[in-house]
Parts: sequence; C-alpha cells; structure tokens
Amino acid sequence: MADKTAQKVHREPWLHIAKRSEIPGWQAWLIRLAAILIAFVLVGIISSLLTGEGIGEVYGIMIRGVFGRLFEGQFSAKMMWRFLQSTAILLCLSLAVTPAFKMKFWNCGAEGQALIGGLVAMICMMNLSGLPYWLLLVVIVVTSTLAGAVWGLIPALFKAQYGTNETLFTLMMNYVATQITAYYVYLVGKGSGTINPVDTGNLPVLFGAPYLLNILIVAILTVALFIYLKNSKQGYEITVVGESQNTARYIGINVKKVIIRTMMISGALCGVAGMLLVAGTNHSVNTNTVGGQGFTAIMVSWLGQFNAFIMAGMAALIVFLKSGAAKVADTFFLNSSYADIVSGIVILFLVGCEFFIRYTVKIRRNKKEETV
Amino acid sequence: MKKILALLLAVLMIVGLVACGEKPNDDKQEEKMKVGFIFLHDENSTYDKNFIDAAVEACKNMGVEMVQKTQIPEDSKCYDAAVELVEVEGCDIVFGDSFGHEPYLIQAAEEYPDVEFCHATGTQAHTSELKNIHNAFASIYQGRYLAGVVAGLKLKEMMDADDKIVPKMGYVGAFTFAEVMSGYTSFYLGAKSIVPEVTMDVKFTGSWYDETKEKEAAQALIQGGCVLISQHADSMGAPTACENAKVPNVSYNGSTAAACPETFLVSSRINWVPYFEYMITCVKEGKEIDKDWVGTLDNGAVKLTELGKNVAAGTAEKLAAVEAGLKDGSINVFDTANFTVKGEKLTSYMADVDYDADFTKDTEAIENGIFYESKHRSGPYFDIEIDGITLLDRNYG
Repeated sequence: MADKTAQKVHREPWLHIAKRSEIPGWQAWLIRLAAILIAFVLVGIISSLLTGEGIGEVYGIMIRGVFGRLFEGQFSAKMMWRFLQSTAILLCLSLAVTPAFKMKFWNCGAEGQALIGGLVAMICMMNLSGLPYWLLLVVIVVTSTLAGAVWGLIPALFKAQYGTNETLFTLMMNYVATQITAYYVYLVGKGSGTINPVDTGNLPVLFGAPYLLNILIVAILTVALFIYLKNSKQGYEITVVGESQNTARYIGINVKKVIIRTMMISGALCGVAGMLLVAGTNHSVNTNTVGGQGFTAIMVSWLGQFNAFIMAGMAALIVFLKSGAAKVADTFFLNSSYADIVSGIVILFLVGCEFFIRYTVKIRRNKKEETV
Repeated sequence: MKKILALLLAVLMIVGLVACGEKPNDDKQEEKMKVGFIFLHDENSTYDKNFIDAAVEACKNMGVEMVQKTQIPEDSKCYDAAVELVEVEGCDIVFGDSFGHEPYLIQAAEEYPDVEFCHATGTQAHTSELKNIHNAFASIYQGRYLAGVVAGLKLKEMMDADDKIVPKMGYVGAFTFAEVMSGYTSFYLGAKSIVPEVTMDVKFTGSWYDETKEKEAAQALIQGGCVLISQHADSMGAPTACENAKVPNVSYNGSTAAACPETFLVSSRINWVPYFEYMITCVKEGKEIDKDWVGTLDNGAVKLTELGKNVAAGTAEKLAAVEAGLKDGSINVFDTANFTVKGEKLTSYMADVDYDADFTKDTEAIENGIFYESKHRSGPYFDIEIDGITLLDRNYG
C-alpha cells in the first residue's frame, strides 16, 4: 500500500495516515455506527456533568422531549406527529438541495427558495380565497413550486452564462427573499410584525392528523428523488457533471442545460417545502418561517451521502437531537447553547468518521517489518 | 484492526444499552400543580429574562412546579409546545410571552378546554368565544410617565444651571406601533408636566434588540441637540452611548446604574410576578381568570427602579406625590388637557381595540376628556402622534 522506497530514506514516523482502498459498505457503516455511539456517550457524559443527573436520566428527558412519556406507557400521538412533521420538513429541504450538491453546485439558498415558496403560498391563501377550494389548492401548489424554481433558476442562469460564484449568489438570494417577506408582513400585519393565520387554502387534514399529508408528500418525494438520481438518465447526467464537467462535455452532455434544469428542480422542491410550511403547517408566514433549516438541510444531505433514504434517517437523528437537547436545556435551565453543543458533538463525530472510512491511521511497530 | 473495532463496538453497545436501560422512573404521583411557560427566546434576551425570572419567583412563592419551553418561534411550533406542556407535562396553565404566540395558543386552547391559556401583550382574548384564553399587560405608561417626571426634573435642573440649554429630549424606539408610541408619549407627558416647553425627537431601530443600531440612534439624537435620552428597546446600546457622551438617560426593563453610573436616572419595568401569582391563585381556587388583566402601580406590576445618583434634588419627593396622584386618579397620563394634536385639543379618538384583519378603528377611547389606555383591553392602543414629539423616521418591522 504505502510507498516503501520513499519511506526508506527517512525514519518512518510513529504514526502516519494512508488512504484506504475501498472498504465494504457494511464496514463503513460499522464505523459510522461506532461514531454515533461514541458521540452519544460523550454527549451523555457532558450532559451528566452539566446537570448532575445520570446519563440514563438525561436520555430519558431527551426521549420525553421528543416522544412524550412513551416509556412510561403513555403514548401521545400528537408528539409522534410532531416528530415526524419536523423530520419531514427537514428531509424535504435536504432532498431539495441534493441534486444540486451531487452536481457540485453549492446551493446555499434553500432557505430563501423555501421562504419565497411559502410567501407565494401565503399571498394566494390571502388573496384568492374566492376560488373553489380545489382550484385554490392547485394554484397554491403550482405557484409556490414555481416561485422556488425561479429562485433557484436565477443563480443557475448566472452560473451557466457568466460563471458567477453560486455559493455567494444563492446566499444573497436568501436575503432578498427575507426582505421581501419582511415587507409583505409589514404590508399585511401593519406594525404588529405578525400575520394572523388564515383558514383559506389550508392543505386538507387527513384522518384528523394535521401533519399527515405533509409527511406523506415528503415520503413520496423521497422515493421519487431516490429513483430520479439513481435510475434516470437525468440523474446520471447530474452525477457525470458533478464528477467532471469536461467528461460530461466530451460525452455530449449539455452542461449548461443540466445545471439550469437541476437547479430548477432543487428550487422547486424547496418551494414545495415552503408551501408545506405555510399552507400545510403554520397558515401564516414570517421571516423566520424556514428558521435556518435550509442550512441544516445541507448537512443532512451530505451526511446522508445524497441517498434519500439515509438522509431520512439523518434528518430524524438531527430532529431528535435538537428537540431532545432543547428539552434537557429547558428542564435544567441551561440556555440554548446546550442544544448547539449537543448537536455539534454528534455532527462532528459523524463528519469526522468519514475520515476514518477513507483513510487509515497506521502506527509504526517497533523493530518489526511492517506487514503489507 | 478489525478486532479492536469489534471490541470497541461491543463495549459501546453495552454502554448504550445500559444507558437506555436506566430509564428514569419518576412515578412520584404527588399532585403538585404544574404551570407551563412558552418563551420566545431564552435568558439571553432581556425581554424574556424579565418573564423567566418572574416565573421562577412566582412558582416558588406559590409552591407550584414550573415547566418551560424556550426558543419557541411565533408559528405552529408554539402550538406544538403547548401540546407538549399539556399532554406530556400535565400543565394546568400555559403561558406565552410573545405577541405572535397568540393565534397558536388559541388553537391549543380550543383543543384543551380544561387548561387555562394566558398570554402577555396579546389582543384577541376579549373578543374570543373561548373561556380559557386570557390576555395580560401592564399600564407601563404610568411607569413611563413617572420616569418622564424624573427626566423633567433633571431637565429643569440643567436649564437652571445653564440658560442656553434647549429642553429637547431624544427617544430610541423599536417599532412605530401602539406599544412603543404609548410608551414614548407617556414619557414625554411626564417630562412636560415639569417643563411645559419640552420637545422630543424619536428614532426607530426596527428591532427589539440591536445594540449597534440603538447606540447609533442615540448618538444621532445627541448630535441632533437632544440633552436627555430614553429608549424602548432591549439592549445596552442607548445607555452606553449616553454614558460615553455624558448625557442623562432614562432606561427601561431594569437598572443600568452598574454600567452607566454617571448618567443613569431611573428605569421603569413590568414586574410579571403579580400576574403569575394571580393566574395560579385563580386556578387553585377555581375562579375565572380575567379576560384582560392589567398590571398597575397598585398591584405591583409597574415598577420604578432605584434613582440614579445624579437625579435632580427633590426627585424622590416629587415622584411620591405624582405616584399618589396616579393611584388615586387625580392625575391621568393621557389627559387631553395636557396635549394637542395639530394644535387642537382631542375630543374623540377611535382606537383599534378589537382584533380584525383590517385593523379597523372600532372603539371610542376618550371619555370625559381622558384617553383611557389599557381600559378596553390590556394591550396598549394609544397610537396618536401628538404635538411636541417629532418622529425622525418610522419603522413598522
């Protein structure tokens, strides 16, 4: 593996890092699982030191903050729905940024693309209440999806035509979306800074569970995106453009077209997430409606290695950590930094373990020849 | 390598299992009443800290358990938090501290008719058909009026010492809406009761907490010739700017004497302990909680801090007299005899009291020559621009 001739010249260091050859998938997953477990133990120890409670107690409180008193025999359906809903929204945004990231187009604008989609949904809900309900729903879905797509399209066009930096461009589009939303909230809410929820154009409630439809929609999108990326021609084009634009051009892929198309899909999915947040959840909009999840989604997408199903698990993990840690913070009067520390530790381990999947640390053995 | 990894994994799994196995078993069935609080931010915001401190104190005094949810935004997460407080924690009362929490508390109130939902600064309880949603606010305009009296006395002292001083005050506000307008107008009227020729400039920052903007606004006002500054925003921006420029400052939400010893005059604040104790007592005794509760000087919700060391001589005595006047009703803050609008005395004003989407001006607020603030609902609705106060800019958020 290592280059022996180069090593002969100098004394071999006590510790060195070498690139691994491909390791089987199950081994990689074992490493990841170990990383999560170590992170959880570390979180437990830190929490225990901060709160003076046992590790078990801390996790008990976390679980209570997410699922209610499940282990005390008290099932709260609403808590389960809430957990699934939060996961679904985060997952929807993660799905949205994935095609772009797979193409190595750094879409940091999910926040704004979702917000503008939500805002357009709100404008329809407030102003088109005269339409028949089904038609209003169609209009809301179409316009908010389009709004998100346009918000994604603008930086893509500039990237494709002029080679502008898409990271900065998409970030700036976030501010534009926030300011437009702030202005709209001012127009409608006057000085109060809030818009009271409206009851027109809300997504239907299925089986008495307000969040069920959101969750189903995201579940369908998850499967769809998985198939799109894995089995479709367009999905393949995205992969090739992401790996090497020159290769893509060589084999006759229209790179500009792929960039623009993919960013429209990315933005459109963000628009759907915004629509779910406004028409399906809050029935109102403010500048904080997406609440930074558009950025968390970037991390979920990477942690999930652009695989829609793994992303679902990662989204659930992050939601569990955030709401569980918030519960611990509230219970022991720690402030919000605690939740940041907890999710920070777990994410650090998750990201860090990728290093150990790709590289191996070799320790020099005394006097003996190194084995191959 | 594989062996080490396998071993490590095994150990970790055991630890993990043990950790999960140690589920807490708090089956302590003591029926202690629980009160749930929903806060917009956490202790790092002075606004929320004022509520959190009061909640801790009131729950301790009343012997009830406090459960809090911090960092709850003004959307359906507020409803979710209320659900958790009721279903998981078993709270008998749920309180929300931010204006935008209201519709989502109402949503929860509909679903849990046996739980009382209380809300600070809101406006919809008195028109809601629900029996278990309640609003609360304090007549902080009385506190600001008193703080204005302190400012007026200081101005008078400065003018007596130097006859070139023009009595112009400056005010840093957050947003141009009733809560802030009612606040700065009452402060101005308090000062005017001592120095009739006083004027005031107001600048808005467009944020409840923005240290830089508040500091810059205060500096701009000072450069514009204001000789005394007050503010309605939550950071140390304005007090710090005043201390640097040696301009007297009337603070809000608590004393800033420690950081600004030379320029701090006085501060008014709302003390929420009386309300929390009131709502807990009501539930304990099975009484109905008021739809709109107004904290006053009488019930201890409107507070002035201690006076700064550089207030004018005789301030404490004058304050006591004015406070007594406010309490017995001989002094009314918004007495139309004391201010004019476009040069004329106000005889009638329709205020937007009842909630509706179009902000209809629906209620006559002036009776017998007095604008009665916080009478028709607890949240402020005085939003008139009176003579003597100049709005240098506007910010609606």
